[in-house]
Amino acid sequence: MQFMLLFSRQGKLRLQKWYVPLCDKEKKKITRELLQTVLARKPKMCSFLEWRDLKVVYKRYASLYFCCAIENQDNELITLEIIHRYVELLDKYFGSVCELDIIFNFEKAYFILDEFLLGGEAQETSKKNVLKAIEQADLLQEPRHEYFNVPVY
Amino acid sequence: MALKIVKGSIDRMFDKNLQDLVRGIRNHKEDEAKYISTCIDEIKQELKQDNIAVKANAVCKLTYLQMLGYDVSWAAFNIVEVMSSSKFTYKRIGYLAASQCFHESTDVIMLTTNQIRKDLSSPNQYDTGVALTGLSCFVTPDLARDLANDIMTLMSHTKPYIRKKAVLIMYKVFLKYPESLRPAFPRLKEKLEDPDPGVQSAAVNVICELARRNPKNYLSLAPLFFKLMTSSTNNWVLIKIIKLVSCFCVVKYLGLLAMSKILKTHPKSVQSHKDLILQCLDDKDESIRLRALDLLYGMVSKKNLMEIVKKLMLHVDKAEGTTYRDELLTKIIDICSQSNYQYITNFEWYISILVELTRLEGTRHGHLIASQMLDVAIRVKAIRIFAVAQMATLLDNAHLLTGNMQRNGICEVLYAAAWICGEFSEHLENPMQTLEAMLRPKVATLPGHIQAVYVQNAAKLFSTVLKSQEGSTEGTAAQETSQLMIDRLPLFVQSANLEVQERASCILQLVKYIQKLQQKEVEVAEEVSALFAGELNPVAPKAQKKVPVPEGLDLDAWINEPPSESESEDEQPKAIFAKEEPKHSRSRHTEVDEKELARRREARKQEQANNPFYIKASPSSQKVYQESPGVEHIPVVQIDLTVPLKVPGLPMSDQYLKLEEERRQKERADKKKKEKKKRKEKRSGRGRRHDSGPESEEDITPAHMVDIVTEEMPEMCLTLNHKVCDIQGNLQDGSQVVVSVIFENKCDSLLKSMEFNVLDSLNSKLQRPEGSGPHDGFTVPFQLPPGVSNEARLVFTVQSIVMPQKMKGTLTFIVKNEDSSIHEKLDFKLHFTCTSYLITTPCYSDAFAKLLESGDLKCSSVRLEEVNMPFHHLLARICFHHHFSVVERIDSCASMYSRSIQGHHVCLLVKTSGQTVSIDAKCDEPTLLGNVLDEIKQTFSQC
Repeated sequence: MQFMLLFSRQGKLRLQKWYVPLCDKEKKKITRELLQTVLARKPKMCSFLEWRDLKVVYKRYASLYFCCAIENQDNELITLEIIHRYVELLDKYFGSVCELDIIFNFEKAYFILDEFLLGGEAQETSKKNVLKAIEQADLLQEPRHEYFNVPVY
Repeated sequence: MALKIVKGSIDRMFDKNLQDLVRGIRNHKEDEAKYISTCIDEIKQELKQDNIAVKANAVCKLTYLQMLGYDVSWAAFNIVEVMSSSKFTYKRIGYLAASQCFHESTDVIMLTTNQIRKDLSSPNQYDTGVALTGLSCFVTPDLARDLANDIMTLMSHTKPYIRKKAVLIMYKVFLKYPESLRPAFPRLKEKLEDPDPGVQSAAVNVICELARRNPKNYLSLAPLFFKLMTSSTNNWVLIKIIKLVSCFCVVKYLGLLAMSKILKTHPKSVQSHKDLILQCLDDKDESIRLRALDLLYGMVSKKNLMEIVKKLMLHVDKAEGTTYRDELLTKIIDICSQSNYQYITNFEWYISILVELTRLEGTRHGHLIASQMLDVAIRVKAIRIFAVAQMATLLDNAHLLTGNMQRNGICEVLYAAAWICGEFSEHLENPMQTLEAMLRPKVATLPGHIQAVYVQNAAKLFSTVLKSQEGSTEGTAAQETSQLMIDRLPLFVQSANLEVQERASCILQLVKYIQKLQQKEVEVAEEVSALFAGELNPVAPKAQKKVPVPEGLDLDAWINEPPSESESEDEQPKAIFAKEEPKHSRSRHTEVDEKELARRREARKQEQANNPFYIKASPSSQKVYQESPGVEHIPVVQIDLTVPLKVPGLPMSDQYLKLEEERRQKERADKKKKEKKKRKEKRSGRGRRHDSGPESEEDITPAHMVDIVTEEMPEMCLTLNHKVCDIQGNLQDGSQVVVSVIFENKCDSLLKSMEFNVLDSLNSKLQRPEGSGPHDGFTVPFQLPPGVSNEARLVFTVQSIVMPQKMKGTLTFIVKNEDSSIHEKLDFKLHFTCTSYLITTPCYSDAFAKLLESGDLKCSSVRLEEVNMPFHHLLARICFHHHFSVVERIDSCASMYSRSIQGHHVCLLVKTSGQTVSIDAKCDEPTLLGNVLDEIKQTFSQC
């Protein structure tokens, strides 16, 4: 997988994960272009499209589009499956996830994604294992109120 | 209270965390840019503080802003600071920010090397995990080089959580630093069999990605992947593996393999992929090509044979390397000759293919082509003219075949060519030319067994040439021909090959004698041709078994002394052809008595009749040959026109397809004309659509309808004889009648799937097997080969026996010919006479008298006129046909008795005077009696 983008129906980017090294300018260009292309498509249209020399696999969940770019030899269906699995993971973690969960806890969304995919490849296919890893890591994280215990002056 | 104050100040100091920022942005929809720029200023302030928590918070916010498209590269160093925090909370945020914001050209990355190495070796697996995750996003060639070893070590970490991450990131490392692949690969391969499924799937992912770039290097892993493919239950992994295996071309092979299995049960479904399979012949992998060839063998039909062979011939031309080409050659011949040339519709075409194949240089399969040529020329009479012409050309151009006289296999073809030209020389256009070609000095360089055939057949040709030359006016021409023989044959007499030498010297002497006769102006042609008269018939492979070994003949005993070992093997003719010689020996010359001959002939005829593939000679020519072996009766081989070159049935192959297409076009045109007329008549017919596109199935009138009529099938190909063979019963339950039906096949085809069915009447019913409905038929449990009869027993239940019964029925069956099978129907009637319900029962005269006296019996009588037979014959006839027994006979008067299966008594008093016979009868059932008398009357009216 080359990259994954999450964006809203209004065209606001909610999450981006790049598995290929690209400069910011190029990233922005791709994002803009893809957002327009995908948003212009009608609901009944196919989830796969050829774009540049890549294949784009996208799926809309409520107001949020999940969009992945894969290489030509990659399997579209497994990509769709990856998207769905990621949504399932978010759903489990946040408890019926909504767009706002991802906006406000965007770092969590990244952590989950990083436990699920690594370098653009699925690293763990078991939902249970992914969530276990996240929970374990969260436990390590100091509670938020720690901020307040820190002497400021 | 104090806490509140502190908290308030903290709020002020910490200004905003991420949530606040997000909320703020959402609340400032109108002046978002302005709001964000103040936020960035705040973040800059926060980053200046020493407190790591504050810094982390700021970095977190920056990461969000980065996503919104703001440049945050200025904070790269701060991100590194947060990454190196010892606290997981901040480290996590630091790495996240790094993975989002860093790219290869970010210069601070090189400062991170040591920090990352430290994190990788952290005792906390989540520290390691976070570092690996981050690294996967921003790994540079430098980082890859420096950290490759550390990551490789992590691939054997105790925690699967770390192992799988390490395995996956290795792929990124390989991409950035390819030198690491070689040392890391063995460990990566190990991971394919890791006990943890996550690690396993990670390894599969990495290897699949690697293999996709360069499949060949990973071919050695194919068995391992195959094992995984069959054992793994993880679909995610399976999809990847299948993708990978397809890179190995194995899938193609497996597909072809599977197809060959499917072919056996569902040939149609495979045949539709013919083009795909033909494409596989172009594959660079030989094993795939061979598989495809195997498949083609199974999927040819009459329809596609020519097309497939044409494609194969193209491949023969292209094929590099003789092994594969030879394989193609054998396959072509296999395909064509399978099941007795079942799929060949045009033998001219096949001969041309064989001739084309002879142009291959250096093939080992010359003898295969040769035996095919012989086989076809001998068995397909209609093709002989064409075959002989082709073979003559071959002989003429023999120097092209043998090339620079290398002993290549293709010269075996000349064996067949010489034999065919000699044996069927009467078809030659220019026998003289062929004779000369066969006696060229160069022939002496051919292998011995071929030379031998040349010499023998030169003699046959010689006889043909003589015949034509003597018939013509020039007498000298014949003498010149003899001279040619005498000039050329000595070359062969000198041959080192014994067989050649023997034949040549024998024939040379013969020709010399002929020449002497010719000089005395004696016509010799007819006598010479008598030497070679007689037709050679193909012999079935198993025919030898049918010939009994004569008494006193020990086949194992040596006829001559065993050959001395000094004889070199080279001198012996090749077994394949030498063996065939004795079979072709002319039976006419052997001393077998007439009886034995007749018996063998009969046996052979039987054999031929049973062999649907044997192409029969016209009977006349054979008879003539058998009866008077005079010279004028040399069996000129007749071209049997009933054996068409194109076997009837569907029209086939290119030219036939073309013909068919033309025919259809014409039909279409005719139809259009008609429709135009119609249109003129019916102006309103605009709504109707006239065919502009391809016509529908129904529009094509079948071309082969006529052919079905010409199928070699007599109208009555089956006879049914039925006979009531067993009856039993009583009045209560009705009676059971067992009928034995004899099925006799009188045609030349196999009859199978016979189903016998009758229309039940109220009175009589066929007893059907359990579970079948009242209209189901009875499946005859056997098939009928040609000329065979067999018997089936059917059981009927009959309620009343006083009336004769006629039942209508049909027999459906399949007539299986060599090339088609037809469904046929035979209607018949089963006739149950009342007589058949009578059982011969002996009766004593006193009991008989009592019976007549009882008065229960009804009377009836019948008179038969003009019966010309002795009285005892008459009685015997009644006894035999109508199951009566004689009670008493006095002169020309007799009393007879019989009883029905339901216990009716039937008594007859038969009297005769002159030619008139009167029968008085008594029975307790008047209807039965009437019918029995009618039947008796019927019997006598027939004689």
